Amino acid sequence: MKINVGRVNFYYGKQQALYDVSTRIRQQAVTALIGPSGCGKSTFLRSLNRMNDLIPGARLEGKVELDGEDIYSDEMDVIHLRRRVGMIFQRSNPFPMSVYDNVAYGVRVNKLARKRLEVDEIVEKTLRAAALWEEVKDRLHRSAMSLSGGQQQRLCIARALAVEPEVLLMDEPASALDPISTAKIEELIYNLKQSYTIVVVTHNMQQAARISDETGFFLNGRLVEFNETKRIFTAPAVRETEDYITGRFG
Amino acid sequence: MNSPRTRRRMTNIVMFAITGACTLGAVSVLFFILGYLLWQGGHALNLDFFTKLPAPVGETGGGFANAILGSAKLLVLASLIGIPIGFLGGVYLAEFGGTTPAFVVRYTTDLLNGVPSIVMGIFAYRIVVVTMGHFSTLAGGIALGVMMIPIAVRSTEEFLRAVPNTLREGALALGATKWRAVATVVIPAALPGIITGILLALARVAGETAPLLFTAFGNLFWSPGWNQPTASLPDTIFKYAIAPYEDWHQQAWAAGLVLLTLVLVVNIAARFILRRQRRDLRG
Ligand SMILES: Nc1ncnc2c1ncn2[C@@H]1O[C@H](COP(=O)(O)OP(=O)(O)O)[C@@H](O)[C@H]1O
Ligand SMILES: [Mg+2]
Repeated sequence: MKINVGRVNFYYGKQQALYDVSTRIRQQAVTALIGPSGCGKSTFLRSLNRMNDLIPGARLEGKVELDGEDIYSDEMDVIHLRRRVGMIFQRSNPFPMSVYDNVAYGVRVNKLARKRLEVDEIVEKTLRAAALWEEVKDRLHRSAMSLSGGQQQRLCIARALAVEPEVLLMDEPASALDPISTAKIEELIYNLKQSYTIVVVTHNMQQAARISDETGFFLNGRLVEFNETKRIFTAPAVRETEDYITGRFG
Repeated sequence: MNSPRTRRRMTNIVMFAITGACTLGAVSVLFFILGYLLWQGGHALNLDFFTKLPAPVGETGGGFANAILGSAKLLVLASLIGIPIGFLGGVYLAEFGGTTPAFVVRYTTDLLNGVPSIVMGIFAYRIVVVTMGHFSTLAGGIALGVMMIPIAVRSTEEFLRAVPNTLREGALALGATKWRAVATVVIPAALPGIITGILLALARVAGETAPLLFTAFGNLFWSPGWNQPTASLPDTIFKYAIAPYEDWHQQAWAAGLVLLTLVLVVNIAARFILRRQRRDLRG
C-alpha cells in the first residue's frame, strides 16, 4: 500500500468537510474517487499532498501515511512531500512562459538537473511520457498559452512528471476537455499507472469504470464505499453507491 | 399614455438623453482643453523651447530646457523611491500579508493616497529642506516619490490578486517554496499590469506642482547635481502663467502642452502594455 489514510476528519474553519475517512491507496494502480459535487472529493485529494495547508482556517485530524510515514508530522518536509506527490488540477494551469520552461520549472526549482543538456533530456522524456512531444517539439520555446486546452492539460501532466513524483493526484483532469482530448488523457492515465500511483477524481462514471482499478464513493463527506472498480460497478455493497452509479441521484 | 410600457419607454429616453449629454460634456471638455493647449502653446513651441534656458526678464525668446531636465531628474528620484517600496509593499499585501497586518497596511496606504499633495510638500519641506538648510532636487524627488508609494502599492496588489490561484497552487504543487512561486510565476504573470500601474503613478506625479513649490522651489538656470533648487515643468508653468508678460503666458501654454503630451504618451503606452498581456494570457 502506497498511502494509508486513517480516520481523517477535515474542517474548513467550523464547517466539517470530511468525516472519519479511512482507506488505503494501492501502489501502481489507478484509484478513482466518485460522488456528487460538494461531497469532499477535492478536499480529500488535496489532503494527500497537504495542498489544503494553504487555506486559512483549514484543519485535519487523523492520519495520512505515505510509505508508512505520517505526512502531517512535524518532521515532514512539505516541499519534499509535494515533489513526491504531484497534482493535476481541474482547469489546466500552464505558467505564462514557454512550453519548455513549464516542463523545466519543477526540475529547476528542485535542482534536479543543472546542465542545459540534462534539462533538455528531461523535458523531452516527460513530454514523450505525456504523449505531447510530437505535437510540440517544433514550438518548445513558444508560449504555453498558445496550446489547445487538451494540450495544456497534457503539458501540466508532463510538468508534474518532470519532478519524478511517486504519486499523481488528478482532480477531474478531463472535465473541461472535448471527447477526443479526454480520450487522450484517459489513455495517458492508463499508461502511467505502470510507473506511478494515481488517484483521480472524476464525475464521469464510465471514465471511472474504464481507467481505474479501485473506486471510492464519497457522499456528504464520508467515504461510503471503497472497493475494486469491478465490484463497485457490478455488485455495490451499499444502497447509495448503487443509486449513484445507476444515475438515480447526483 | 399612462400604461407602464409607455412610462418605461419615456424613462428610457430621458435617462439616455441625460447620460448622453453628460458623456458629451465630459468628452468635449477634454477636447476643448487639448485644442486650446495646441492653439495657444503650439506656436510658442520651437527648438529653442527644448534647448535654451529661460530668457532674462525684458528679453523675448529663451526656452525651458532646465525645467525639462529638472522634471526628468525629479521623476528619476521619485521612481527610485516610489517603485521599489511601492512594488514590494504591493507584493507583501497581496501574497504574504496575513489578515491583520495587511489590513493595517492597506488602510494606511489608502490614507496616504488621500493626503493632499500640498501636505506632502510641507512634510518634505520639514524633513528634507529644513534639515539640509536649502531647497533641492533631492527634496522634490522625495516628495514625489512618497506620493508614488501608495498608488504603486495598491495597483501592484490589485494586479497580483488578479492572478488565478491555480497558478500559485500549480507552482507549489511542483515543490516550489512560497516566495519562489511568487517570484517566478505570480509576479511574471502580473508584470505587465504592475508596470502599467507604475507608469500611471509616474504620470500622475509628473504633473504635481504643489509639493514642488517649497521643495524643488524652481530655478532660472541649470541645477547641477541633486543639491540645488531646480526648475521643473509644472512649477515653471505656474510661475510663467501668473507673470505679467504676454510672451511668458505663451511659453507657459507651450510647457503645458509638452507636459500633457508626456502624460498622454505614458498613459497610452501603459494601456498598450496591458492589452498585449491580456492577449498573451488568452493565448
Ligand atoms: N476553500 C474552502 N473553504 C471553505 N469551504 C470549502 C472550501 N473548499 C471546499 N469547501 C466545502 O467543502 C465541501 C467539500 O468540497 P469539495 O471537496 O470541493 O467537494 P467536491 O470536490 O467533491 O465537489 C463543500 O461543502 C464545499 O463547499
Ligand atoms: Mg472538486
